[in-house]
Amino acid sequence: MADEDRIMLEIAGLKKKFGEDVILDGVDLTINKGEVVVMLGSSGCGKSTLLRCINGLESFDKGSIRIDGEEIVSGSKALPRLRQKIGMVFQSYDLFPHRNILDNITLAPVKVQKRAKEDARAQAEQLLRRVGLWEKRKAYPRELSGGQKQRVAIVRALCMNPEIMLFDEVTAALDPEMVREVLDVMLELAQGGMTMLIVTHEMGFARAVADRIVFLDEGKLLENLPAETFFNNPSTQRAKDFLQTFEFKKTLTDERKDQLS
Amino acid sequence: MNLDWNFIIKYAPLYVEAAKLTVFIAFWGILLAFAVGVLCSAALYYKVPVLRRIIQAYVELSRNTPLLVQLFFLYFGLPNIGIVLSGEACAMIGIAFLGGSYMTETLRSGLESIDKIQEESAASLGFNKWFTMKEIIFPQAMAVSVPGICANVIFLIKETSVVSGIALADLMYVAKDLIGLYYKTDEALTMLVISYLMILLPVSAAATILERRLRHAGFGN
Ligand SMILES: Nc1ncnc2c1ncn2[C@@H]1O[C@H](COP(=O)(O)OP(=O)(O)OP(=O)(O)O)[C@@H](O)[C@H]1O
Ligand SMILES: [Mg+2]
Repeated sequence: MADEDRIMLEIAGLKKKFGEDVILDGVDLTINKGEVVVMLGSSGCGKSTLLRCINGLESFDKGSIRIDGEEIVSGSKALPRLRQKIGMVFQSYDLFPHRNILDNITLAPVKVQKRAKEDARAQAEQLLRRVGLWEKRKAYPRELSGGQKQRVAIVRALCMNPEIMLFDEVTAALDPEMVREVLDVMLELAQGGMTMLIVTHEMGFARAVADRIVFLDEGKLLENLPAETFFNNPSTQRAKDFLQTFEFKKTLTDERKDQLS
Repeated sequence: MNLDWNFIIKYAPLYVEAAKLTVFIAFWGILLAFAVGVLCSAALYYKVPVLRRIIQAYVELSRNTPLLVQLFFLYFGLPNIGIVLSGEACAMIGIAFLGGSYMTETLRSGLESIDKIQEESAASLGFNKWFTMKEIIFPQAMAVSVPGICANVIFLIKETSVVSGIALADLMYVAKDLIGLYYKTDEALTMLVISYLMILLPVSAAATILERRLRHAGFGN
């Protein structure tokens, strides 16, 4: 395979300002097909903004983003078509509250991709069974727990047969006991060969799922390393500090657990 | 109160005819008003330049002038520039002109109450703007707007009583006519009240059921 054929996502020199604030300051990032990349960084460093630029929800000032060789331009005619290649799951539950679970999942395949209803339903069934929610197909989103909603949101994105999945802190708003069920679905996806770009604060999960870690700090990608290298031996002080705060938090929670048991 | 029942029985058919006209004008006027509301609220929601200002001016004009004045303008004013409309047409357009602004405001606040993430998640699934509005935003906004829309409908049905001012034989007109001719004020007014109640009570009841269904079985939070 030629090099270009292996590249799924290619970001070059991406610059993004909100007013006078520079949010993304020359980001370069390439993700190959089948690769799982986790993006880390402290709150407000621009992770969500970067993901939103990738699927054209946010315009940017400089640089380029290519999906499978095609350029993403916010507001362009090609955008709806290109977005079908990108599955996105947000932090807040974004299911359509006026449609039941099955409709939530099949609406876009049927209306946007013009697929046959039976075909979309069959795939929805298969995916829902895989995440253990087929029984809930007739329920409305408000009848589901947060973890169930996020699993449906993942299924909804997958049912479009995207070529890359973007996850923006999909477990951050969940109660702790539901985090696991969502992360398991994502792990399984990664093992199935899906190309993924994941933003998360779950370090254990990041370590388990990632081929590569990128570390974003004040709009710059400071690190871009294989997962093990990043966790064992990050090259910048900023990344070391970042990991340390997590170590610290982890120690605190472990201590609390010890006290409780 | 001692009512003359012979009088009531004799002239009841007149009220039935008048009620038909009232319902006819209200129905088409309100339907048009709703269409105006949908279009204008969508333009406001998308902040369409220029058009947005025009709509805001229309809303102010429509809400701050009496319906009777609007009707006079349509019925007596437009012929001066060569546009002659029938009384019924003027009445329907008048109701649509007045109701359109109320519907616009009700629907606009419904649209604005829908979380931005809905639009974004639809967009990220590849929906274009039209589909996002039609399938995702509008149905949710409608559910939010239903109580306001019902209130507007009832308000507009009552407002149709003004069309007697341009010589249309609606309920109000018939009642005034009978009072003028026979001085049977009690009978004429009693029939008038009953006629309006017979139109409005079912509408009110339907509105209540609709609102309750949306609240309980509804999908919203
Ligand atoms: N629409 C906007 N207008 C102005 N500033 C914005 C907007 N959206 C985000 N920002 C700013 O851009 C910066 C980056 O925000 P972003 O949401 O990308 O951070 P993040 O890395 O995702 O943070 P978190 O981990 O808290 O989700 C923040 O300082 C934020 O205040
Ligand atoms: Mg974020």
